[in-house]
Amino acid sequence: MAALPPRMPGVPSSPPVNEPTRPAATQEPLAPVDLVALYRDMLLIRRFEEKAGQLYGMGLIGGFCHLYIGQEAVVVGLQSLARPGDSVITSYRDHGHMLATGMDAAGVMAELTGRAAGYSRGKGGSMHMFSRERGFYGGHGIVAAQVPLGTGLAFAHRYRGDGGVCFCYLGDGAANQGQVYESFNMAALWSLPVVYVIENNRYGMGTSVERASAMRDLARRGESFGIPGFAVDGMDVMAVREGAAGAVARARAGEGPALLEMKTYRYRGHSMSDPAKYRTKEEVEKMRADHDPLDTLRARLLAEALIDDAGLKALDRDIKAVVGEAASLAQSSPEPDPAELYTDVLVTP
Amino acid sequence: MTTSATAISPGAPSSTGRSGVRALTVREALREALAEEMHRDEAVFLMGEEVGQYQGAYKISQGLLDQFGPRRVIDTPITEMGFTGLAVGAAFAGLRPIVEFMTFNFSMQAIDQIINSAAKTLYMSGGQLGCPIVFRGPNGAAARVAAQHSQCFASWYAHCPGLKVVAPWSAADAKGLLKAAIRDPNPVVFLENEILYGQTFDVPDEEDFVLPLGKARIERAGSDVTLVAFSRMVGVALEAADLLAERGLSAEVVNLRTLRPLDSDTVTASVRKTSHCVTIEEGWPVAGMGAELSALIMEQAFDWLDAPVTRVAGEDVPMPYAANLERLALPTAERVVEAVRAQRSGTRRASP
Repeated sequence: MAALPPRMPGVPSSPPVNEPTRPAATQEPLAPVDLVALYRDMLLIRRFEEKAGQLYGMGLIGGFCHLYIGQEAVVVGLQSLARPGDSVITSYRDHGHMLATGMDAAGVMAELTGRAAGYSRGKGGSMHMFSRERGFYGGHGIVAAQVPLGTGLAFAHRYRGDGGVCFCYLGDGAANQGQVYESFNMAALWSLPVVYVIENNRYGMGTSVERASAMRDLARRGESFGIPGFAVDGMDVMAVREGAAGAVARARAGEGPALLEMKTYRYRGHSMSDPAKYRTKEEVEKMRADHDPLDTLRARLLAEALIDDAGLKALDRDIKAVVGEAASLAQSSPEPDPAELYTDVLVTP
Repeated sequence: MTTSATAISPGAPSSTGRSGVRALTVREALREALAEEMHRDEAVFLMGEEVGQYQGAYKISQGLLDQFGPRRVIDTPITEMGFTGLAVGAAFAGLRPIVEFMTFNFSMQAIDQIINSAAKTLYMSGGQLGCPIVFRGPNGAAARVAAQHSQCFASWYAHCPGLKVVAPWSAADAKGLLKAAIRDPNPVVFLENEILYGQTFDVPDEEDFVLPLGKARIERAGSDVTLVAFSRMVGVALEAADLLAERGLSAEVVNLRTLRPLDSDTVTASVRKTSHCVTIEEGWPVAGMGAELSALIMEQAFDWLDAPVTRVAGEDVPMPYAANLERLALPTAERVVEAVRAQRSGTRRASP
């Protein structure tokens, strides 16, 4: 095992407190990325979520359903820095993360409708899907519970010495939970390979960051643990990549955790039942008009002649087909067999 | 079936053929189980407060840091929710953590991760994501540590599907059941007892002594009344059985060993034989293990009962500090004998 031993008491394992946040020394220039592929990944999430919203409206999806529309650049930019063997964990606004880790859109959509073809065979729903194969560890419904869990995934990477990094996503609302700071402390103490990504979409359900956080500069929330933090424009996928590269490299090099605050925005309500009266229509419209992550990247693709109108149309068609097939399976797949009620409670050897 | 015994302990009527026994304290038995399983499987590690350099708050992990090093015997900060969640995440990734709570009272800080994350994820993932983890430490009353350090969590955890819940009594239980818990692919809550740590029992001298989870054990055979207990109360039940014998009553003592899944076959088979049952637990009576056992016996052995089941439980109050009040709050052999006497005379107690 190549794993490092846990730090002993008295041996500093993290940068001194109050050291200004700085990029990792190990940062290398970013490898070129296929911008069209990034656009495609974001478009898939956008169209998938729009379709999920429609199916919810038709009564085919029940319970809670939290859409990721507006935040696509965050997970697509981050996951473009991931390697096979890395792990990903997030909370309940999770459909985008599943698609970005390469999970099958039809399996996700079928889970949303509670069908046998869903990733959890209909027993998890929107908030609870997993794919060990894709390194996706959920999908967790308890705000901030995924943060210690993700820290544990990082612990396992370090224990095994497999070189993996955990991408641990949380929201601005979760950032006020105590277990987040318990996790920061252990991750820094033991130099665990984890990147904490706070997706600050400005509202924890209906409560704005201003109303919930005494210190609103969430990128600094790791300072008292010596965890470097970076605030990044989460509405621009290239800014996400560039802003996150140092943090990911630092974790991968065994230098310990890093914190990213992705300044982003969700266009839809907290969940499907949210009339969003806590913000103005103008605020939403302004973000859509001026900062939409798909519009921004599309303009760049056209300006740099990386794609033309015909190419964009073909991409739209492809994505429409993928989402259409997903919606189709999500409606044609049978509900789980009644016998499934009693399976998977315990592993039976 | 009347017994599913496989281990040896004092008073055992059903010992299996064996090479021999060794006298071990419960503490030594637990330590041997930890060391043997850590040798056996590199994915097993121990984490908790003071488990390493301090050698364990109750010395269960004494020597393990020297033996296995700081990579596998990990001292944590005082951060129950954090390290419990971390360990559950590591188990999702396929490691086999053993989390020591200095006492199960502190597990309340972490119970969301135990129930919502460890116990439910296998189901929520349609069987994809198991959580092979053991949560262990002393549970229930110790001595003179008052209300916040004396609670029994047996019925809290036994309530929840997705968990297995184990409560050993003897050193043989401790060793064989802990080894089984560590090997089990599911999350196991392993409820020890501080007062038992120093008690000595015979343990089978076998190279790999493992007991099955989910099986109770008849510690003493009898024909007049079934005493059902777990953890330290098994000792109280055996003591009561001695006192009852002096009165000419033959008590059968069932050591539950596992609380989830509950070995209903062994319990009901015994009740069908004796037609009387008294349950004994340290925890509070309301929605406790005795309540569950009473319902189970009513559902499965009602026609065999000659009297309603009686619960002997901890008093329905927070644990007091004063020595005399603490004694009054906990079940004793005398209370068990009185419950049996009242049950046979048809005297109904107003409350458990």
